[in-house]
Amino acid sequence: MELGPYLLFASLEGLVHAAVLSLIALGLSLVFGVMRIVNVAHGEFFMLGAIITWWVSSLVSGNPAIGFLLALLVVPFIVGITAVFSDWLILRHLKYDPEATIIATIGILYIIQQFALMTFGPDARPVEQPFNIRLDLYWFGFSAYKFFVILSAIILLITIWLVMTKTKFGLILRATQLDSEIAQAFGIPISRVYNIVFGLGAAIAAVGAVLIVPIQQAHYLMGGEPLLLAFIVVIIGGLGSLKGTVAAAILIGMSDGIISVFFSPNIAKILATLLVVVVLIIKPNGLFGTTKT
Amino acid sequence: MKKNSKNNFSRRKLMKSVAAAGTVAVMPGFVNYSQASSSAPIRIGFQVHRTGIGAAYGRWYDRTTQAAVKIINDSGGINGRPVEIISEDDGTDPKRGAEALEKFANQHNCDVAFGTLFSHVVIGSAPRAGELKLPYFVVSEGHHVASGMLNRYTLQPGITDVKSQVQAMAPFVKDNLGKKVTMVYPDFAFGHDHRDYFSAAFEARGGEIIAKVPIPPTESSFSKYFPKIPRDTEVLYHVMVGPAVLTFVKELGEFYGSKGPKLFGFIDSVEAVDLNTPGLEFLDGSYFWEGNPRYAQDNQTDHDQFYRSAVGVDKNGASVSDPKDVSTYAHMFGCWETLHIIKKGMEESGYSNVKDRSKLIEAVESMKNMPLSQAHPQGAKIFNGKTHQTFGHQYITKMTNGKLVLAHTTSIEDTFYPDEVDYTKQSF
Repeated sequence: MELGPYLLFASLEGLVHAAVLSLIALGLSLVFGVMRIVNVAHGEFFMLGAIITWWVSSLVSGNPAIGFLLALLVVPFIVGITAVFSDWLILRHLKYDPEATIIATIGILYIIQQFALMTFGPDARPVEQPFNIRLDLYWFGFSAYKFFVILSAIILLITIWLVMTKTKFGLILRATQLDSEIAQAFGIPISRVYNIVFGLGAAIAAVGAVLIVPIQQAHYLMGGEPLLLAFIVVIIGGLGSLKGTVAAAILIGMSDGIISVFFSPNIAKILATLLVVVVLIIKPNGLFGTTKT
Repeated sequence: MKKNSKNNFSRRKLMKSVAAAGTVAVMPGFVNYSQASSSAPIRIGFQVHRTGIGAAYGRWYDRTTQAAVKIINDSGGINGRPVEIISEDDGTDPKRGAEALEKFANQHNCDVAFGTLFSHVVIGSAPRAGELKLPYFVVSEGHHVASGMLNRYTLQPGITDVKSQVQAMAPFVKDNLGKKVTMVYPDFAFGHDHRDYFSAAFEARGGEIIAKVPIPPTESSFSKYFPKIPRDTEVLYHVMVGPAVLTFVKELGEFYGSKGPKLFGFIDSVEAVDLNTPGLEFLDGSYFWEGNPRYAQDNQTDHDQFYRSAVGVDKNGASVSDPKDVSTYAHMFGCWETLHIIKKGMEESGYSNVKDRSKLIEAVESMKNMPLSQAHPQGAKIFNGKTHQTFGHQYITKMTNGKLVLAHTTSIEDTFYPDEVDYTKQSF
């Protein structure tokens, strides 16, 4: 393929990747930023979103778009409630101790994964694309649905940004993130905020899952790689920084797309990991991270 | 610690077990195994990919195995003894595969082990089978058995290997599809067999491999690999495995539409996949290698008909109870045939217990012609006792109106290549 179309194809692939990655990483970053805990089970909430999407869409017969829209409404809610429940059942009893919560979320990871294996089974299951349109771009074809994924992710990211900066709820989240003790002194119910944030983080990842499943199929082991990439994104972008997370997701997603196409996907992963090392040495708080005083 | 139960086997216990055995013997439907010196079951350890990337194959290998065992038991078992299958999930993982063999030998007292498909699991498990002196009958297709990489305890009598398959495909691809081929294959032992042996056979016939595109078997999205396929490719040779094969073919269709090169695929790329899934229309007119044709063909034999209904597969290769549950028809016959070979080997060697394991292996090694029959519904085979590998017919089908229709059947001789090892010279 000629260089121009080659680059165009790589960039489009990279953008789809970046769109979904930014949603997953944003959920992880939100949880870390507000609650100061590392949620190792985050990838499994993503996977849970994918398999529930399959389940919802298989319940609805007829036009696949109906099942998809229903999944877009229902799945983030179910996954969010699951996360809220696991926070209520486990994490709050650990007083959100950073080390203990890592171990606990590893446990949650295995519980969700094995639950999926026992109920959903070991097979990859496809979800039909809500619309099956192939755009012929002369040198290659590209699915119209992939453009829809990019667009949806952009809309969702803007919505989250507006909620964080313009609403009272966003103000409460930012206050808790800045200093939870002072926030509590001002009457913010910290434990409830933590509970909601944990659910919200998982729900955002679940939206990413609903968007990706018509492209990639649902499988019980699909949570591993996104978790790793989300960690890379969050570390590069600065833990807890919304802007940084999105910027890093675009950087990693695009470079992954382009390097994968021109060289090999393995080299893309190696370079992303190297970038983490470099960022940690030069800017230990990430590109957009602020030093905590 | 508990004493050896043999030493404190009391008269009362003996009476109890005699009474119990008597009760079972008069139960309705009980097959009479009275000819046997011992009626204890023959225990076959079944290493199955229940989870991990081989799960779809595992599910159907299991169904085929259960069906074959039912047929064998209904007709009197092996040497008058019933067959019992002990299944262990290997997670499609080499380390767990070796652990499963250990359990078969030391915990479950299995007579033999059987069943593995994915080549990395076979390669990871076979050395342990050799150490445990446990006959290990694999159903894997990898060339690792006949290449001499493994040991005397590992045999592949029920399914042909990749080297022989691709060698028989090369002339067809060259004469009917085109001379310039790009290969897309999974980046592990099985895919490397394709890469090495197809390219050698194809180039020997004057064809040219213009690019090789390896893809990790755990990959979940494939579009990024397709720009590596050169524009002047005449034939795209594709073979893919793992849970994401449907994504692979869908994205291939998205990328090329109807403008792409001609396609020649190993059925692995769409094994267990419903070919009428939206987005797969572009496959119409493309050719596939099949170990055993998924769709019942016009020239279907009685043996295929019998085997198909025993396993519970309909004319389209899907489960009779769920038309969406498509089988791994091109591969799973290997389990059926291997179990029948184990039966024959045990009967010919007069196998009675684990001490006779080497006699069993020698009996299988001495087998040669396996004619088309109920025990070999895929077709006749010729077994090479020296290389522990079987050779058989290969099928090429063409996707026509959403069905795979037989276009060419190779001879067994098309698949022969010179021996690379003589396992019979290795000691037990």
